[in-house]
Amino acid sequence: MAEEQVPTEELRETPLAALHRELGARMVPFAGYAMPVQYPAGIMAEHLHCRAGAALFDVSHMGQGELSCAAGLEQAAAALERLTPADVLGLRPGRQRYALLTGEEGGILDDFMVTNLAGSANGDRLFLVVNASRKAHDFERIGAALPPGVRLRRREDRALLALQGPGAAGALATLAPEAAPAVAELPFMGVTELRLGRVEAIVSRSGYTGEDGFEISVPGEQAEGFARDLLALPGVLPAGLGARDSLRLEAGLCLYGSDIDETTSPVEAALVWSIGKRRRTAWDFPGAERVRAELAEGPRRLRVGIRPEGRQPARAHTPVQAAPGGATIGATIGEVTSGGFGPSAGGPVAMGYVARAQAADGTPLALSVRGRSLPAAVAPLPFVPHRYHRARA
Amino acid sequence: MAETRYTKDHEWVRLEDGVAVIGITDHAQNALGDLVFVELPEPGRTVTLGEAVAVVESVKAASDVYAPLTGRVVEKNAAIEEDPGLVNREPSTGGWFFRMEPADPADFDALLDAEAYAAHVESGA
Repeated sequence: MAEEQVPTEELRETPLAALHRELGARMVPFAGYAMPVQYPAGIMAEHLHCRAGAALFDVSHMGQGELSCAAGLEQAAAALERLTPADVLGLRPGRQRYALLTGEEGGILDDFMVTNLAGSANGDRLFLVVNASRKAHDFERIGAALPPGVRLRRREDRALLALQGPGAAGALATLAPEAAPAVAELPFMGVTELRLGRVEAIVSRSGYTGEDGFEISVPGEQAEGFARDLLALPGVLPAGLGARDSLRLEAGLCLYGSDIDETTSPVEAALVWSIGKRRRTAWDFPGAERVRAELAEGPRRLRVGIRPEGRQPARAHTPVQAAPGGATIGATIGEVTSGGFGPSAGGPVAMGYVARAQAADGTPLALSVRGRSLPAAVAPLPFVPHRYHRARA
Repeated sequence: MAETRYTKDHEWVRLEDGVAVIGITDHAQNALGDLVFVELPEPGRTVTLGEAVAVVESVKAASDVYAPLTGRVVEKNAAIEEDPGLVNREPSTGGWFFRMEPADPADFDALLDAEAYAAHVESGA
């Protein structure tokens, strides 16, 4: 039960650090930042509240940036397409897309969100949100790939809040009644620039929990007041990185550095849907050769959901074996990459990579947990159904 | 008269008529957060001081619980295997882990008293 002693003095803080401490958060180091892992309510309560009401997460550690080009946003989109297999040129104004940065060997260098903010009063631009742990790398890579005329502006001046849960839209409408119609109309993966009370915000209907909700980019100096206003609303409670992790795991969403990294390909990671159709005929993105070969021949391994039997969670790096025919332990066929307890699933949940032949739903597996073999099975993702606010067809 | 002692690993040990009852402290349950899984040693098992004998898992992480004494386990608290949250709610009463017969009473005397444990917690270790 040894507790880690971590020096905190060299960690960066978000604009909400003082508020987190005031709320009684337990701060932990994460991607170079002191971040709240939980508040006094605890991870379980915060997780369940997000699925029932509205939870406010500080994700200001993530990297925000903008690409612009005086000669037209298409040039910025084309430049970004040199680094990602996503269809950026086809992204319509006011829409956001999940995308991967891929390397020449076909590994995933990061996953990120790209938004087309063409037609904005604040100027035409592509708005990017990348992982905290990868932002230095990503922005350097993107910056180095830009042709003359396309400009990358990092937005370290902005904070990012995620308001997630079935109560999120109502809370935002209560906070800013004048913005309520625009908020209500915003579909999943839609983005709009809005004045929310006193704050000029970039509001995207997206998140990392599987619930309806918003990611809201606001000027750093206004973030604390904005967060306080949200937390003053009935049904809005703060939630930390612990709940964020269990929520995204139940939702089957990848964590960069755990479930995907430079060794995993988009095909292995079951993220082929993030590759644009046009890109799959042109094969003009980094790592296209590997992706093309794996699509044609099948990848060696696949990311799948894994549900352990019983109550014991299987954590990341747990070896996965083929289910033993009898008492014998099967060969190692993969590894858990994220695992824990799913408060909404009501039991342990995990994801990881298994050999392609063992990747079908229901395939029995054995997890090697603390020297023992724990029965498990390949399970469909997500563990908890997504409840996104889809636009009506 | 039951006397309670503590380990630096945040376990409490209460001696009741020569049998030691073992659990984790309120400080420990608070640091771990919501427990979702507990695995306990089976009665009859002989354990050695410092040996990892139980596992507690919270939403976030797994931790070992070490035998605070050398001896033989005589009973485990099945209630916390069924309902791990009982450890969070009642760490020093209903959330006990197991009972054991110490091989050497001197092991108990070597544990921290309440004051020394409080100082240990205060020091942040």
